[in-house]
Amino acid sequence: MSDVYVVGIDMIRFGRYPDRTVPGLAAEAALMALGDAGLAIGDMQALYCGNLGQANGMVGQRMLAEIGQTGIAVTNVANACATGATAFRDGWTAIKAGLYDTVLAVGVEQMGKGLLGGAGGVSPEGLVGSYTMPAMFAHIGMEHTRKYGTTFAQFAQVSVKNHHQSTLNPKSMYRKETPLEEVMGAEMIAYPNTKLMCSVNVDGSAAAVLMAGDKVRRLGLMDRAVRIRASEMSSNPFAERQMAMPDFSGATRLAARQAYERAGLGPEDIDLVELHDCFATAELVHYENLGLCADGEAGRLIDDGDTALGGRIPVNVSGGLLSKGHPLGATGIANIYEVATHLRSAAGARQVEGARIGLTHVVGGGPGMGTACAIHILEKA
Amino acid sequence: MSDPILPFIKTGDRSPYLAGVRCGGCGHVFVGEREICAQCAARGQMAPVRLAETGRLYNFTVVHRSFPGVATPFIDAIVDLDDGAHLKGTLVDIEPAAVRFDMPVRVVFREATPAGADRPYLTFFFLPQEGAAS
Repeated sequence: MSDVYVVGIDMIRFGRYPDRTVPGLAAEAALMALGDAGLAIGDMQALYCGNLGQANGMVGQRMLAEIGQTGIAVTNVANACATGATAFRDGWTAIKAGLYDTVLAVGVEQMGKGLLGGAGGVSPEGLVGSYTMPAMFAHIGMEHTRKYGTTFAQFAQVSVKNHHQSTLNPKSMYRKETPLEEVMGAEMIAYPNTKLMCSVNVDGSAAAVLMAGDKVRRLGLMDRAVRIRASEMSSNPFAERQMAMPDFSGATRLAARQAYERAGLGPEDIDLVELHDCFATAELVHYENLGLCADGEAGRLIDDGDTALGGRIPVNVSGGLLSKGHPLGATGIANIYEVATHLRSAAGARQVEGARIGLTHVVGGGPGMGTACAIHILEKA
Repeated sequence: MSDPILPFIKTGDRSPYLAGVRCGGCGHVFVGEREICAQCAARGQMAPVRLAETGRLYNFTVVHRSFPGVATPFIDAIVDLDDGAHLKGTLVDIEPAAVRFDMPVRVVFREATPAGADRPYLTFFFLPQEGAAS
């Protein structure tokens, strides 16, 4: 099986673009990624297009109608917050299988403001607990507090870090410092997550050109190529309390173990991580799920600055979902863009010095739905 | 009696109860009815049970912002029932600051009108167990 490389990748600046269309946002990122590779849509043999909001709307085909209808196979993908990463992995899988040697993966989303979900019908919300995303991820943090005594301030510090790091990223939705008092004093949404500890609903798109190793060498594109060392997915294995409290850890641990095995690497080999900080509580829990520290040590990791830019294992130097923004279908490929940019030594002021290997993680789902997790390990070619 | 807000709330001959099933293969107790076990994949081994109405608070959050029209704050609680089932619900009759992990709670049935609805439904709440040592 061929090694697979990323030869072109880019994202639009995340923000609010209510006057744009979903295929239009997708097309912009696609053209940027093609331009980054020095290729054209006519060079692509298949398209994998991730989007949630218009999952039944043939977004991939509509995007091609804007940039060139070459007749290639289009697969439209929806997989919760793992949508973009799933589209990317579908492209990887097809090249691994030998079907194609050059494919395009795109992730795109256009979102409203405010809480996700809650539309239609008589809801048990409030009478039988809560079904909001902030409440689900509050439980995840509170379970960590129950087990290890993790504090409100430690969770809040994640937001301080990621907001700070976003000030160095021109593609981030927000680029504002948020001191600890401001994060902890912001509107409480679901304890311990305040408004500044919830990811930002934004519009965005990101795209990547994937290519088989032989062709990368033939076209002389290896200089800026990024090798995909592992591409792993999982769904939620059975968890005891899953019907009461959705579980995002089991799937993450499963995919992480598989990814490290496939890459022949361990957490100690990773130079930077972009992980799924949909809420500040989630970031700390995923430190442990991804093996960045032992169970129970996530609070110490954030206290010691280990995961800040310049620390032992920088996490979410892009600003993360908390500040860069979380356009659901685009997030997975945007995370890969961030890591690839560091591996290419092109991340400017937020560059993780000497980065050779990076890991990206997304995990999504909803109350009573289950979980989709995708992890990629990338290496400087 | 009003319609149940969720299908596993049953209106029995005498009093409402929570319906569950116990798997004959692995022993897991599920809230609600199902035919196949999600844990061990056993088929045809589910026995209906009337779920326990006492348990302990495993986890909670205080929800301050919810969907439009839903009164806040409220306590979103995850309870381990005494028969091994795990149940999500709203914990009432206690100040959020007084809530403790593992505190004993009980299930009560009440009528309540959900946000946006024009009539009451039968639902359940968790209450602190009075007199119980926490």
